[in-house]
Amino acid sequence: MRTLSDSAVGERPAAAASLPVTVCKLTKRYGAFTALKDVDLAIRSGEFLTLLGPSGSGKTTLLMVLAGFVRPDAGSVAFGEREVVLLPPHKRDIGMVFQNYALFPHMSVAGNLAYPLKLRGHGKQDIADRVAQALALVQLEGYGERSVDQLSGGQRQRVALARAVIFEPRILLMDEPLSALDKNLRERMQLEIRRLHDRLGLTTVYVTHDQREALTMSDRIAVMNHGQILQVDRPRDLYDRPSTRFIAEFIGETHCIPIEIQNGEASLFGRALRLATPLATTASAQALVLRPERLQLLSADKPTHDLNTIDGTVRQHVFQGDSVVTFVSLPDGHDIAVRHPYGNDSEHLQPGTAVRVGIAPRDTIVVPAENATATASGRA
Amino acid sequence: MLQHPVSATGITRLHRLWLYAIASAVIFFLIAPTLLVIPMSFSSSRFLEFPPPSWSLRWYHAYFESVEWRDATVVSFEAAIGTMIVSTIVGTMAAYGINYSRFGAKRFVQIALALPMMIPVILTAVGVFIFFAPLGLNNSLTGLILAHSTLAIPLVLISVTAGLKSFNANQEMVARSLGASRIRAFMTVTLPQIRYSVISAALLAFITSLDEVVISLLIAGGDKATLTRRMFLALRDEIDPTIAAISSMLILLSIILMASSQLIRPNRT
Repeated sequence: MRTLSDSAVGERPAAAASLPVTVCKLTKRYGAFTALKDVDLAIRSGEFLTLLGPSGSGKTTLLMVLAGFVRPDAGSVAFGEREVVLLPPHKRDIGMVFQNYALFPHMSVAGNLAYPLKLRGHGKQDIADRVAQALALVQLEGYGERSVDQLSGGQRQRVALARAVIFEPRILLMDEPLSALDKNLRERMQLEIRRLHDRLGLTTVYVTHDQREALTMSDRIAVMNHGQILQVDRPRDLYDRPSTRFIAEFIGETHCIPIEIQNGEASLFGRALRLATPLATTASAQALVLRPERLQLLSADKPTHDLNTIDGTVRQHVFQGDSVVTFVSLPDGHDIAVRHPYGNDSEHLQPGTAVRVGIAPRDTIVVPAENATATASGRA
Repeated sequence: MLQHPVSATGITRLHRLWLYAIASAVIFFLIAPTLLVIPMSFSSSRFLEFPPPSWSLRWYHAYFESVEWRDATVVSFEAAIGTMIVSTIVGTMAAYGINYSRFGAKRFVQIALALPMMIPVILTAVGVFIFFAPLGLNNSLTGLILAHSTLAIPLVLISVTAGLKSFNANQEMVARSLGASRIRAFMTVTLPQIRYSVISAALLAFITSLDEVVISLLIAGGDKATLTRRMFLALRDEIDPTIAAISSMLILLSIILMASSQLIRPNRT
């Protein structure tokens, strides 16, 4: 059997110990509220999959169903070949990390780590060895005898992680584990958790509402809203090819503007729009996805070569340290953001100046324009 | 000293004199009647009188040499220990269930369990007597424990609910994900963290039973007479300072139990 020490050596372990997870037609209702609606999801063995969505989208309910704390009204959950939907949590062999760490304050750090091993009847010496290995795995050597109160937020998070993997579970579940940490620590822990995952090769399901966190850590992201999975894809594909306007607006700092479709040709504020790929449909309601870092700010009289352009006026510059965001008012009254590096001359354009916003054909993304309500919930 | 300011606003102890006076009066009226029995218990007089004419331990001797008093004491302690066990277990389970269940009617369960605290004890006692009669539970230790538990369970419920409020329920879920069954997770993770509330609750239940007299008067007859019942009857029949001696010891015991239930709690900020 694989042990932590084997995997700690560095080579990626065989994925034999971790399992694929297959979710089929899962439905869960709370009274009139449908938390999960016919959810299908296939998680590969050893994969880091993130459930991403606004609050109330069903992502935590889905995680709780995987953990066994919530019993679905219908559907099936299989770990490998085994159906687990009726199995209580303690028989599922899952490691779990919660938002507020949930370390046991009446036990030392070592006591916390030994807890799952004691439940499994490991011997004293074996427990001591494994606890030492687990502490080394999360760079907390020598912290075993400390009380939980003496640890910082990041250290607590590491102990919670070590406790969740020390008994070699088949699947690791994490419910917004970093949301209580400040930004810098959070970004460090994201990389640390990802490295730990790569080392152990554990099938991992991670829940977050932070799209940047999801993009940073995941092999694949499942975007959820209203109890359904809208798209499952690799981070880059999700970013470049969102399937709906909701996803486009939820991921990245996105502004969508409606485009006109006539005779199968797209145009934007009366100008023909050159696209990277032909329109998928000729439906009339479609929108162009604008991302601040893909836009260029041009003076109104400059020739535009091969760019699509929109006319507008400068409204405001916002300094953000590494970059400056310029808000440009469009003819339809909306503002769009254009991001450019700090030090760029564009910053000296006075508010009210007429400018053009350029977007290269290869950067164009067109999505169906329905679900107008998505913007409000997507920004949560 | 009275002129010395006690805060930056220049308020002196003299300004606060009225506060000290009222507080002292309240404490005096609360405690004095209780403490009065202590000097009386060391009296040499044949009657309960204050102040005692001279001092002696004769009434303590009287208590320890009387078989009847000793039997009553044994019954009282058996009932108190039984009540403590029954009401702590039932009350803790009820507090846990009410705290975590999404059961819609849990408010009503909560009120139903608290009812014995609001209904006059004499009514409970009459009800218990009538209810127990056909079951043959009157004048039995089991009956006494069950009746006292109805009074103690609300207290346990309040104490343990307060403890559970400051407990993070995710911890029990973590324990279960780590391989503990629900009951095991409760015993190894939840209970150790709410132990102070549970211990306080147990001591409260113990004292509730030990001090209870009204129910005992009705249902604890014959050889199951409790200490308080016998004291009450003795007080009616003969004014005997033995009661003062017993009272003093009960007060001491209560103080010790209450103080220890406070002292075991670490000072948490």
